[in-house]
Amino acid sequence: MTESPPPVVEMRGISLAFPGVKALQDVDFRLFPGEVHALMGENGAGKSTLIKTLTGVHRPDTGQVVLAGDDVAFSSPGEAQHAGISTVYQEVNLCANLTVAENILLGREPRRFGGIDFPAMRRRAAEVLARIGVHIDPASSLGEHPIAVQQLVAIARAIAIDCRVLVLDEPTSSLDAGEVAELFRIMRVLRDEGVAILFVSHFLDQVYEISDRMTVLRNGTLVGEHLTADVDRRTLIAQMIGRDLGTLEAIEHAAEERQAQGPVLVAATGLGRRGAIEPFDLEIRAGQVVGLAGLLGSGRTELARLLFGADRADSGRLLVDGKPLRLRGPRSAIAAGIAFSSEDRKGEGLVADLSIRDNLVLAMQAARGWTRPLPRKTKDQLVDKYLKALDIRPANPDALVRTLSGGNQQKVLLARWLVTEPRLLILDEPTRGIDIGAKAQIQQLVTTLAAEGTAILFISAELEEVVRIADRIVVLRDRRKIAELDGSVTGVDEVVELIAGGATPEKVVS
Amino acid sequence: MTTLAQRVPSRFLPVLATVALFVLAFGVGSARYDGFASGQVIANLFIDNAFLIVLAAGMTFVILSGGIDLSVGSVVALSTMVTASGLQAGWPVPLVIVAVLLTGSTLGLLMGLVIHKFDIQPFIVTLAGMFLARGLCFLISVESVSIKDRTFRDVATAAIELPGGVTITYNVVIALLVVAAAMYVLHRTRFGRTVYAVGGSESSALLMGLPTTRVKVGVYVISGLCSSLAGLLFSLYMLSGYGLHAVGMELDAIAAVVIGGTLLAGGVGYVLGGLAGVLVLGTIQTLISFQGTLSSWWTKIVIGVLLLVFIAVQRTIVRR
Repeated sequence: MTESPPPVVEMRGISLAFPGVKALQDVDFRLFPGEVHALMGENGAGKSTLIKTLTGVHRPDTGQVVLAGDDVAFSSPGEAQHAGISTVYQEVNLCANLTVAENILLGREPRRFGGIDFPAMRRRAAEVLARIGVHIDPASSLGEHPIAVQQLVAIARAIAIDCRVLVLDEPTSSLDAGEVAELFRIMRVLRDEGVAILFVSHFLDQVYEISDRMTVLRNGTLVGEHLTADVDRRTLIAQMIGRDLGTLEAIEHAAEERQAQGPVLVAATGLGRRGAIEPFDLEIRAGQVVGLAGLLGSGRTELARLLFGADRADSGRLLVDGKPLRLRGPRSAIAAGIAFSSEDRKGEGLVADLSIRDNLVLAMQAARGWTRPLPRKTKDQLVDKYLKALDIRPANPDALVRTLSGGNQQKVLLARWLVTEPRLLILDEPTRGIDIGAKAQIQQLVTTLAAEGTAILFISAELEEVVRIADRIVVLRDRRKIAELDGSVTGVDEVVELIAGGATPEKVVS
Repeated sequence: MTTLAQRVPSRFLPVLATVALFVLAFGVGSARYDGFASGQVIANLFIDNAFLIVLAAGMTFVILSGGIDLSVGSVVALSTMVTASGLQAGWPVPLVIVAVLLTGSTLGLLMGLVIHKFDIQPFIVTLAGMFLARGLCFLISVESVSIKDRTFRDVATAAIELPGGVTITYNVVIALLVVAAAMYVLHRTRFGRTVYAVGGSESSALLMGLPTTRVKVGVYVISGLCSSLAGLLFSLYMLSGYGLHAVGMELDAIAAVVIGGTLLAGGVGYVLGGLAGVLVLGTIQTLISFQGTLSSWWTKIVIGVLLLVFIAVQRTIVRR
């Protein structure tokens, strides 16, 4: 690619600090028209912060943002949009209570006699949707559509104005393969129209497929800017992580060597709940990692919630240590040593406005009971221990959880459960939306915990991960347990076959 | 039933339920009491509740945006006080009207700005506004001030004859105009749609680049304006100003809006729902007065039960 056209966006020497965190330090960034530019980095590297600085959500402490030759300082996302910078976020930031047409055009809708011209608005919306090849009724309510379609509506909104810069912040994390291909088709169309596209994704395959150029960040600093064709994956990952990836292989070894032959800790027979998951049998031994594989909606989370007592089972029974246990709610599960780390870490796991220390102390104190206060020294020791053990960054116990990146929040959530020393730890999508480095650390931690005798139920949409880490794999389809496989001798293909249906399981253990 | 549910979008169901409730209550009254099913009884529903209809229209804006305004009852009282004492002091009627409307919208503006700038819950700020407005009433006078102005009395007592011998007052006309204006603003203007967007998801609305600040402050100005207008209508209805007028009326307004199917969480609801809610409350009151032996507090009990039922119904709809 020639560098003849001047960059449409140039950010120079951007620094930004949050309480307790230096989010960006002296970062330079260039974006050229007609290119797809991937912003790479681990969680906490400062990708989101850099994007938000560009789109007017944050203002940099120092440094300047130049848009098409002019110095700009946006004080709101609205101003950035007026200047031609549109953003599509990972979570769909639209209003589900409004119609599709309103979501696309609100704020710049066609007007007539001072009021909104609804017929014209629907026509315009239909045009924009047609431009990206999406055929839905503009007058329908946005909430009626699946997330993938809502994501495309968000893109339609972004391009409904004359946008020069389109920022896509992890747009693919909730899309399936076909939908991703559709998104890429749209991105290529827009790129060829001269739009500069800034793209963030954790999927390296996608980055290599779509991007022309990439900028790598690590710990809030700029590591490098390359043409995608010039960097191979190994170099890229090394730049992102700053250390080698031997850990991944070590994890695999551990899974093979581990002798998961502890006593049966939890045994479910015929446990089920109508509309959530059909009755299933399941045995988890101490020191064993049981993986749950299945598509979204196959009943993975529902199964976990039954074991944790978050939902009441309407059939079957549960034995813990060979004794029947009636779960009346999460409290009785926690009392029995069962911990559940939710996939919704923002909503169900952490108190975002408290510090790391307070979040950990909350869990410790809850486990001990309110009548036995913890001495300050013990608290500090424990918090320190987990900060180090999980490599939570920033390693500042007083940093607010809200300011941490997704991967580090996940680690705090894990630490929160670990301080209660659970005997069965249920991890629901512990690695979703976090980068390779943190992912490897969390997987490593799972194997360490198992080696220490903790039973683990590991849920993940990524089959490779499940297969790599689990001693046994429970396969779910259509809210039914359809197979249970030996993890050490099972390949991803085999599991895919089962999930896809048709094949009868051959190697059913137990 | 399933076919009906399929044809009508679920967002209209709460409003339809309220309209059905109104029809049911009115039907029961007509079946049991002679003279209930007359045009004048319906007209009286509007005459006796014109101020509440206006309050509910303003409150709908605030609740749709995800807020709440507890000050409206007190602002009504303050408006009656300003009206009565202004007229007593010999101010011309147009000046009184302007003064009242300015007072209400300024109070609303101040509350909106405090809510926005300091990021405080609307509940607390408007609670403060409620005490402030109530206190200001007694600063003007602790006595009830009656209105003797000729023009004002003429307007208050003027009857507009409708076909069929039914009469209504100017209050009703004004209230219905306010409802029409509110519907236009909410459904046909950018401001109105942004109210829905903010109520649906404030962070999304902000990221969509919508003027959330203007809307969040604006709804309190609108509610303040509606409250002071309702105060003028209340002055016409009572022909007096008094610091103890309209005690608890803010709760009637909120109840009417919620019974009309507007979600307290914001983002879902209609002005017509609020109107239907007011009519339901009015019909229950009329039923109890026709019944004759029941005390008026039965109205409160019935309203309480209805509120609980409606909030429970909304909750189940939202869960789905």
